[in-house]
Amino acid sequence: MIRDITLGQYYSVDSVIHKLDPRVKLVFTILYIVSLYVGSGVWCYVYAAAFLGLVIILSKVPVKFMVKGLRSILFLLVLSACFNLFLVDGNVLVKFWIIRITDNGLRTASKMVIRMVFLIMGSSLMTLTTTPNDLTDGLEKGLGFLKVIRVPVHEIGMMMSIALRFIPILIEEVNKIMKAQMARGADFETGGLIKKAKAMVPLLIPLFISAFRRASDLALAMEARCYHGGEGCTKLHPLQYHTRDYVAYVILILYLVSMILLGKLLG
Amino acid sequence: MKIIDILHLIHEYKVYDDDEQEVGSVRALNDVTLSLEEGSFVVVLGHNGCGKSTLAKHLNALLLPTEGMVYVCGNNTQEEDDIWKIRKNAGMIFQNPDNQIVGNVVEEDVAFGPENIGVPTEKMVKRVTEALKKVGMEAYRLNSPNQLSGGQKQRIGIAGMLAMRPKVILMDEPTAMLDPSGRKDVLNIVHELNKKEGMTVVLITHYMEEAVDADRVIVMDGGEIKMDGTPREIFSRVDELKNYRLTVPQVTELAWELKKEGVDLPDGILTKEELVEALCSLH
Repeated sequence: MIRDITLGQYYSVDSVIHKLDPRVKLVFTILYIVSLYVGSGVWCYVYAAAFLGLVIILSKVPVKFMVKGLRSILFLLVLSACFNLFLVDGNVLVKFWIIRITDNGLRTASKMVIRMVFLIMGSSLMTLTTTPNDLTDGLEKGLGFLKVIRVPVHEIGMMMSIALRFIPILIEEVNKIMKAQMARGADFETGGLIKKAKAMVPLLIPLFISAFRRASDLALAMEARCYHGGEGCTKLHPLQYHTRDYVAYVILILYLVSMILLGKLLG
Repeated sequence: MKIIDILHLIHEYKVYDDDEQEVGSVRALNDVTLSLEEGSFVVVLGHNGCGKSTLAKHLNALLLPTEGMVYVCGNNTQEEDDIWKIRKNAGMIFQNPDNQIVGNVVEEDVAFGPENIGVPTEKMVKRVTEALKKVGMEAYRLNSPNQLSGGQKQRIGIAGMLAMRPKVILMDEPTAMLDPSGRKDVLNIVHELNKKEGMTVVLITHYMEEAVDADRVIVMDGGEIKMDGTPREIFSRVDELKNYRLTVPQVTELAWELKKEGVDLPDGILTKEELVEALCSLH
C-alpha cells in the first residue's frame, strides 16, 4: 500500500550508530567531509576508508545500500573523472589521437573520485541510520546556533516534518486525481516528452489547489492547538546526550586530529 | 458567568474583487446572543452557509468579532493576552481528520498541544498516555497517523485536544468525512467525555440523528439563531425545521406524517422505541 511507503532511505536495524544522537551524526558527516580535504596522500585515503568501513560495520547497514546511493551520482562521477583525466596538464603517459592522459591528470582524477565516493557514502550513512523525525529534530537542535544570525531554524524544522507527514497523503491524492482524469479521457502514457509534460497540467493544478487548501486547514488547526512558533515550547522526547554520544564526539575529534597530523607528516 | 457567553456578536467577512479592492462585506453572523451552561451538550444545526462554522471559530478566538463580545471561561476573546488561555480551554476538532494531524507519530501529534503550551516533559508523557486511553487508542501510540482509518484519526485529534486539558470541546462537523462506524465511535467518546468528565461540548453538525441525545439544540439560519431548546421541543416543530432546509430524524418524520394523517401520536418522538410504544398504546 502506498500509505506505508518508507520515506528517505532509513534502514531499520538496531545498532550503536542508530542509537547515537542525530546531532552527533550531523557533526560526523561534516567532520568526515572536512577530513577528506585536509589530508591528501594515499595513506590519508586508506585511513579515511578504514574509519568509514569501521563505522559501516558498526551500523550494520549492508554495503549494498551504500552502493545504491552511489548509483545516482555515477554520471557526475564519470564526467568529473573524464574532465580531470584528459584536461589536466602534466607529463604525458599515454597519447592516442587527440586524447592524452597525464600523470597529474590521473592523480587528480582518482583523488576526485575517491573523495566523492567517500563523501556520498559518509553522508548517506547519516540518512540510512537516522529516522526522518530524528533528522528533523537533530537539525533543529543542532543548528540552533544559527538563530543568532536570524536563520529560522525552528520554522525550517517544522516545515520539514510537516512535509514528511503530508508526502504520503499527497501521493495518494495524485493517484486519485490521475484516476479521475483518466476516467474522463486524459492520457498520461503515450506521446513524446512534451506531450507527456503537457498532460501533467490537469494533474498538477488540482493537486496544488488541494495542497493549498490542506495547508490553510492545517494552519487553522495548529493555531487552535496553541501553536505560536518555537518559543516557550517543550518537547515530548527532548534530545539528550548519553555517554555513548560523548564517546563518539571524542572519537571523532581524535580521528580529525590524527588525519591532520597524518596529512602534515606525509605531505 | 456561564462557561460561554456571547453578546450581540456580529461577524462580517470582507469581499474583495479581482484587484483585491474591498467591494463590500457579507454578514455571516447577525446579532447572536447565546450563553452555554458548563457541562452541557449543545448541538448546533443549520444548513450550509448559515454561520455555524463561523460561530465555532469565534469560540476559540480563531476569528474575532466585528461587533459584540465573546467570553470563553470568563476570558474575552478580544484580549490578546488571553488568547492562548482561551485556546487551551476550548479545544477544537475540525472536519477533515487528515488536515489537523501535525505529528508523524501518533504520540507526537497528541503531544503537539501540550508542547506548545509548555508542559514539562515528565508531565507530558503522563498526559499523552491519559489522553490516548480516554479515546481508546493506546495501542496505536507509536504508529504513523497515515496507517489509521478516518475514525481513528479523528480520535487522535480528540486525544490531542484532551492532552491540553480543555473545559470545552468544540467540534465542527467532526463526523462529516467518516464512515458510519467511525462516526459512532467518535460520538460515543464525546458523549462519554461529557458525562464522565463533565466537559462542555459544542457539536456542529448537519446529521439530525446526532442532535437527538443533546441537552440543547440550536438551529441557525442566515447568521441568526432561529430555534433554541431541547431536542424534543425542536423536533416537534417539523414544519419550522423544513423551512430552514433541515430534515428531522427519520423516526420523527414518520411520526409527524402519521399524525398529519390523523393518527393520535404525541409531539417530538425521537427514537424508534418511543414510536413503538406510542403506537402500541393506541390500542
